Parts: sequence; C-alpha cells; structure tokens
Amino acid sequence: MPDRELRFRVFRHNPFDPESTPRMVQFQLTETPRMTLFTALTRIREELEPSLQFDIVCRAAVCGSCAILVNGKPRLACRTRIETLPNDITLMPLPFFKLVADLSVDTGQWFRDMGTRVQSWINAREPFDPNAEEARMSNETAAEIYELDRCIECGCCVAACGAAQMNPEYLGAAGMLRIARFLADPRDGRPEAAVFDVVSTEEGIFGCIGLAACEDYCPKDLPLTSRLAYLRRKTALLALRKSSQVEESTVADGYA
Amino acid sequence: MTVRSDLLVIGAGLAGERVAIEAASRGSDVILLSLVPPRRSHSAAAQGGMQAALANMAAGADDSPDVHFVDTVKGSDWGCDQDVARLFTDSAPAAVRETAYWGVPWSRVVPGRREMPDGIWVEESEEKAGLIAARAFGGTQSWRACFASDGTGHSLMYALDNEVLRLGIAVHDRTEAVSLIQDGERCHGALIRDLRTGELRPYLARATVIATGGHGRIYGHSTNGVINDGSGMALALNTGVVPLGNMESVQFHPTGVVPGDILVSEACRGDGGYLLDASGHRFMPDYEPEKKELASRDVVSRCMMRHIRQGFGVESPYGSHLWLDLRHLGKDHIERNLQEVATITRDFLGINAVTELIPVRPTQHYSMGGIRTSIKGEAYGLEGLFAAGEAACWDLHGFNRLGGNSVAETIVAGKIVGASVAEYLESDDSPVRQNAITKLAHESIKQTEARIVKLRNGGSEHALVLRQRVAEVLTEKVGIFRTGSELDEAVMELSELLDRSTRLGLRSSGRGANPELADALRLPGIIRLAITIAQGAQMRTESRGSHYREDYPHRDDVNWLKRTLATWPEAGEGPSVTYEPVRITDLPPGDRGYGEGSKETEGALSDA
Ligand SMILES: Cc1cc2nc3c(=O)[nH]c(=O)nc-3n(C[C@H](O)[C@H](O)[C@H](O)COP(=O)(O)OP(=O)(O)OC[C@H]3O[C@@H](n4cnc5c(N)ncnc54)[C@H](O)[C@@H]3O)c2cc1C
Ligand code: FES
Repeated sequence: MPDRELRFRVFRHNPFDPESTPRMVQFQLTETPRMTLFTALTRIREELEPSLQFDIVCRAAVCGSCAILVNGKPRLACRTRIETLPNDITLMPLPFFKLVADLSVDTGQWFRDMGTRVQSWINAREPFDPNAEEARMSNETAAEIYELDRCIECGCCVAACGAAQMNPEYLGAAGMLRIARFLADPRDGRPEAAVFDVVSTEEGIFGCIGLAACEDYCPKDLPLTSRLAYLRRKTALLALRKSSQVEESTVADGYA
Repeated sequence: MTVRSDLLVIGAGLAGERVAIEAASRGSDVILLSLVPPRRSHSAAAQGGMQAALANMAAGADDSPDVHFVDTVKGSDWGCDQDVARLFTDSAPAAVRETAYWGVPWSRVVPGRREMPDGIWVEESEEKAGLIAARAFGGTQSWRACFASDGTGHSLMYALDNEVLRLGIAVHDRTEAVSLIQDGERCHGALIRDLRTGELRPYLARATVIATGGHGRIYGHSTNGVINDGSGMALALNTGVVPLGNMESVQFHPTGVVPGDILVSEACRGDGGYLLDASGHRFMPDYEPEKKELASRDVVSRCMMRHIRQGFGVESPYGSHLWLDLRHLGKDHIERNLQEVATITRDFLGINAVTELIPVRPTQHYSMGGIRTSIKGEAYGLEGLFAAGEAACWDLHGFNRLGGNSVAETIVAGKIVGASVAEYLESDDSPVRQNAITKLAHESIKQTEARIVKLRNGGSEHALVLRQRVAEVLTEKVGIFRTGSELDEAVMELSELLDRSTRLGLRSSGRGANPELADALRLPGIIRLAITIAQGAQMRTESRGSHYREDYPHRDDVNWLKRTLATWPEAGEGPSVTYEPVRITDLPPGDRGYGEGSKETEGALSDA
C-alpha cells in the first residue's frame, strides 16, 4: 500500500531537561515500499525532528535495542513493517523500564542488574587449561543451550508482563529463562540451593501470575512459558526435598 | 566530575570486552565505555563463524595453524604482517576453547555420514564426537569456521559480557568518547559525552584502548550497525600524531538487501541463485561466462556495480539495485537450505523468496584499515594508547579479510592486547604529572564546550546533509571501482565538505543528549576519515585485494608491497602519508590461487 499518508503520534519527554513535559507529537510521512518502523523513525529524525531519541543498532532483529510500544503492543521497531500497520500509528516507550528520553528506555541497565542477580555466568568451575582439548558436549546439549541463549534482552517480555508492572523487583521471564539456560549447561556447577534461593521467591518464579503475555510478545519465539513451568516444578521439588531434610533432622534431633 | 581508572577501554564489542577481561584478570582496574549496552554492539550480528584450526572435522583433519596462516596471508594479498598472522593462527585454537569454557554453546561434532546441500557425502569420526565443530568458508582450505548455530556473534558477545559481569568490571554505557586527552606524547584518557544527560566528563587513565569497531556507516550503505561510523578511528586521527594504517582497504559484500542493507549469506549464490537486472536479464554470464554468479565476492560486486552504472539497475526510492532470484530453486530447497535468507526477506521486506525477486546491491562490509598498532597492540605515535578489533590495523587482514577471521581477531587480539596493556601498567613508573593532566582535561572540556556553543548559535550547514553527501562521494568514487581521476574528485569534494563543516548549525535546541548535536560533533572527524580513505586510495597506484584501481588493474609488488600510514597534522588541510614495509617472515608474494589471475581475489563462498 505505498503512498499512504501515515500519521505517527509519538511520545516525547526528556526527564533530564527541566523544561520538558511528557506529550504526544504528530508527524506525517508518505509511505514508501518495504518501509519498516526503522526507516520511518530515521526519516522522522532526518526530515522532521532531529532531536527525536530512539534506539536502533543492528536494524536486523539481533541486538534488542529497538523495542517500543507500537499501537500499545511491545515490538521490535526494526522488524515491524509499516505495511502491516494502519494509517494511524502510536509509538510509546516501553513501560516498566526507566525512561531515557522519548522512545528510548534503559533496558541495558535493567538487564545488567538482572544478570548480576541471577549470576548470569558459568559458576563454580575448574581453572581454564589452555593446553587441554575442549570439554566434550553432545551437539543436542549445545543446541539446547543455544536455544535458551537466544534472548536478545529487548525487554518485550517484561514490558508485556502484568506481574512486572506491579512488582518492580520481579526478574521477569527473561530472568527465569537465564537461570534455565545455566541449569541446562553441564559446564555450570552452581549448587542447587543457590538456584533455589533466587528462584523460589516473589521476585522469582512466584512472581509469575501465569498470563503468558511474555511468550506472546517475545520477538525471538523463546520457550518462555515452558521454562517458567519447568522452574516451578523444579523449585517445588527442591522445596519438598528441603522440607523433608528439615523433618529428618528434627526427627533425628528428637531421638537424641 | 572526573572519572579515573588504570585502564580505559573505549568500546565494549567483542574486542573491547576481551581486552578488559584479560587486563582485569591480571589485576588492572578497568572501565569499559560504550555508546550502547555492550551486548548491543555490532559484534552480536556476526552469524557465520570464527576461524580457528582445531582440526576436528573430517574436511579439516589436516588443518593446522600453518594452513590457517597460509590462507590468511594469501587472503590478505600479501598485505598483512606475517608475524601477526602467525601469532594469530597459533593462538586461535586456545582462544576459541576458552570461550567454550566461558559458556559459548559452540555447535559440536556429530559422528556419522551426512549429505551436504551440494550432494557430497562427509563422514565425521567417532573419535572427534562432541568436540567443537566447524564449517566451510570461502578462501580457506579446510573446514575451520567454528559456529554456534546461526548466532556465533551473539553467543560470543553474551559469553564475554557474562565474564565482564562476573569480574565486576565497570561498564559505562550510553557514553561517547569525543576526544582523546593527550599531550602529543602520551595519552591520558578521553573526554566523554554522556548520552543520557549530555554532560561532558573527563575519564583519566594511565592506559587507553580504542576498540570502537568499523566505519561502515560513513559509506551510508553498509552491512554494519547504524552506530558503526568509525568515530574511534577519528579520535585517533584527530590527535594529529597517531597514524591510521591502510584506510583505503575496504571490503564490500555483493548481497545487502534494499532497503536496509542487511546482509544475506553468499550461500544463496552458492546454491544456484541468479542475479537479474531491471529487464529481468541474467547478466553475470555476460561478464563472467564461466563462473557466472559463483565468481569471487569482489568480482561479483564489481560486475553488479558496472551493470548498475551502465543504467541496467532497478530504480527505487532507495537508489538503484538489482534482483536476486531464487525462485527456480523451489520451495523445498529454499526452506531447507536457505532458511536464513528466506526469513530476512520475509521479516524485513515482506518478500516471499519462493515466488518473488529480492532487491540487492553490493554494500560496504568491513574495514581492514584502522589505528596502526604494533604486534602488542600499541598505537603508533602516542604512548599509553592501544587499539584492538576492527578499529585497529594490527595488520592481520592486509587488503582482504577472510570470512571468520574478524571475530577470531577480536578474541585473539583482545587477549594479547589485554595482556600487553596489563604489563604496560605494571612496568610504567613514569611520574604522574597530575596537575598537567588536569589542565589538559580542562582544556579539552573547554574546547568541546566552545564547539557546542558555536553549534547552538547556529551556522547555516546541517550535519545530516553533509554526511549524506560524504556517503555518496565515498560510495560513488571510493567504492568498489576506483580510478585516479575520480579519486582526485573525491578528495576535492570531501575537502570542500570539511570546509563546510566548520559552519555547522543545529535545527533543534541541542540540549541534553540531543542526537543532532552528537552527529554534528562527530562530523568533522568523519570527513577527515573519509578523506584519509580517498587519499590513500588515490596514491596507491596498483590493485591489491579489495582495493581495485581500474587504471592500475594489477598488483605491483615492486612498488607497493607496503602499508599506508596517514596522520592528520594539526591545522593541516589533509592527511600526511608515509609508508612502511609489510613484514614477510615465511611466505613470499605469489599467486593467490583463486583463479582469474592473481588479482581476482578470494574464493567464491566466503560468508560474512
Ligand atoms: C552483518 C555482519 C556479519 C558479520 N559476520 C562475521 C562472521 O561471521 N565472522 C567474522 O569473523 N566476522 C564477521 N563480521 C565482522 C565482525 O563481526 C566485526 O568485525 C567484529 O565483530 C568487530 O568487533 P569490534 O569489537 O571490533 O567492534 P564492535 O562490535 O562494532 O564494537 C564497537 C564498540 O565500540 C563502541 N563505540 C564505538 N564508538 C564509540 C565511542 N566514540 N565512544 C564510546 N564507545 C564507542 C560501541 O558502542 C561498541 O560497544 C560481520 C560483520 C557484519 C556487519
Ligand atoms: S535494532 Fe537491533 S533489534 Fe532492532
């Protein structure tokens, strides 16, 4: 449908500018063939409003920079084809994350913080031996880890999550997926108790209220709900084992 | 507020993070700077693979660092430093294994027989089961490119950044280095602009590493991410004393999609895709009757541009392009073997590759040139300054980079440079002249503030307009084809643009983290970089690797077996160019064995 007149309503606000107030601003563009929101936003900045802030890096759906709300739904701007949208397009920054300015939010800081909280690295390992052959792994295991490692930290899952909006400490589907990624990795030696401490809390798996919007909006089609369910079962099992250990020890105490 | 550390690493892509990890593990106190959150660096977009001679595959059983060395030197058209290539190929196997140890889910060897898309059968041995697998890449004698499914760069970037998190290395994202703080002899850090607030802050450090990636975006059309505009190379050039090496050495890729310039793999031509012009004519056989679409990357790019120049391109709002036709390969084949291509065209263009044509054109892809360093990563010209990755000219790639050697370079050089920076920090006992440095920092803030005031007060020129013109000049005159007269024109026109850039103004307020201001501050450096590329190309009267002079179509080892070094003297109007010999340790210049005479570079199927 090239040649359509497109009306963009774009959120604008710069919290670092004392004179700025949140507002919606209109821009008009004529559609060109094969236009994406990346091309449209770039044209708005180049032709109409050079101060407009938004985040784009790879423009190929691999870096996770460009998630925004498009007519109310979290999406990657670079992978949104204008053809699929009506003439009126409302663009808002992702909710939940700290606003940088206009359409730009601080997903980067949130994900770094999440990474530290869930210890997003290979834990408890032997020192690296540069002269040794690599540890072997089946290709299926590698593929399974890769599948869980594909998250691009765009923030769509958290922005779409009802629970996260009420509980800012919630680690979100992305955080839970990260834990599942390390649980699936035989190179990671973290003790189960450490996993349990992070997961079995309101900030972890018990924060999830099961709306499954995370998976609906994940641009990478990651298996979020099945991993959440897996972690829920796993924590339940761990909890059971823990409580039976406690019982055993009380029983033992009783006999002493 | 001044920020201090032992080591300042500008750039948090694969190269910068690998440097930081090495230096921090050796006890240095490190700060990493990045325009964007580190994981969003363009390294994450590399899909193809990382070269390292592990010799785990049947079709690479005889592979070794020696063979990798020969491939790399030939690939470079003898433009690389052979001691660097040797160190690199020897170090790559342990470097890739270390990333496995950090968690990269490298694809693994599956024993048994399987049929390749071209009908050939391969059999992997039981003995190698579960070791890191590799795939074939153009210009290489063995299957040597290690890969993690279709996301090598992503998985590496995440594994490295996880290590950065584990080590607790300070990362300051959304910051842009706008100039180096230096006294003509020594580098003391950088002045940064905070991209959240717009504030200017000096970052002082005893050593500084530039790892800011490539400059693709100054060509306008590039497979690179939109933040890759060579600003780190410009930082070095702007010092007046640090030389850039071989800036004329720029790689192009035949198939970037239009619009957007997203790279589609060369597998689509390897598997039998055709290139068509505006009238639907398959033109490659006219130029290359034998190899047709399967001629080397450089040859195909040149034929495509020649055809467009002759007026056979398809006009579009995004400029002229050609068509890639996969339709005759059939739905099954496309869905089975060319899934990635089909996904890109569907998701970004809304094009069904089974029934429709795909708009493509040759696109800037990689910069072999960069900040010239020693084998240890020390930049020439300023003590305490280092560089690594695509921003550097370590000189592994000479005049043509092999697919898979760049990601490998970031990891291998990152480790080596990280170690050498840490050693430098330990051994450096020169007195810290705190007062003098503080004064330099103040001066640099003052200078940049003055520039900002001037921009806000408004000249008549606009950064964006000039920048677009720079891109056009580079693409048209310093692109795939080069001739002396056009290069002269390019240098002249770019110099005029540089002059116009002294009269820049802003259309917006320029307050806070304003992106228009960022563009305007960056522009003069970018134009200098563009002139340096054009000037180097103008002076190099031979063809070597990807530097193709129509008026000098052959490699000339008698006069040009040497590297261009360009500095931009303070108050100078253009670069000052000198040369140094390339280091040849083992392999004297010879035929690259790519067919079509020594010039016509590189194997047909190098990927990314
Ligand atoms: C589409 C594509 C596919 C590719 N595929 C392959 C492949 O399969 N195999 C291969 O070997 N190579 C491949 N390459 C090349 C390879 O990916 C890159 O050369 C390499 O990743 C560059 O890494 P780097 O760390 O040097 O730079 P980058 O990853 O680009 O990182 C640069 C960093 O510097 C920061 N930065 C830049 N300027 C500033 C500044 N002024 N101030 C502060 N920070 C700054 C950025 O924020 C970023 O963190 C590919 C390239 C592209 C474009
Ligand atoms: S810009 Fe990278 S995901 Fe959209």
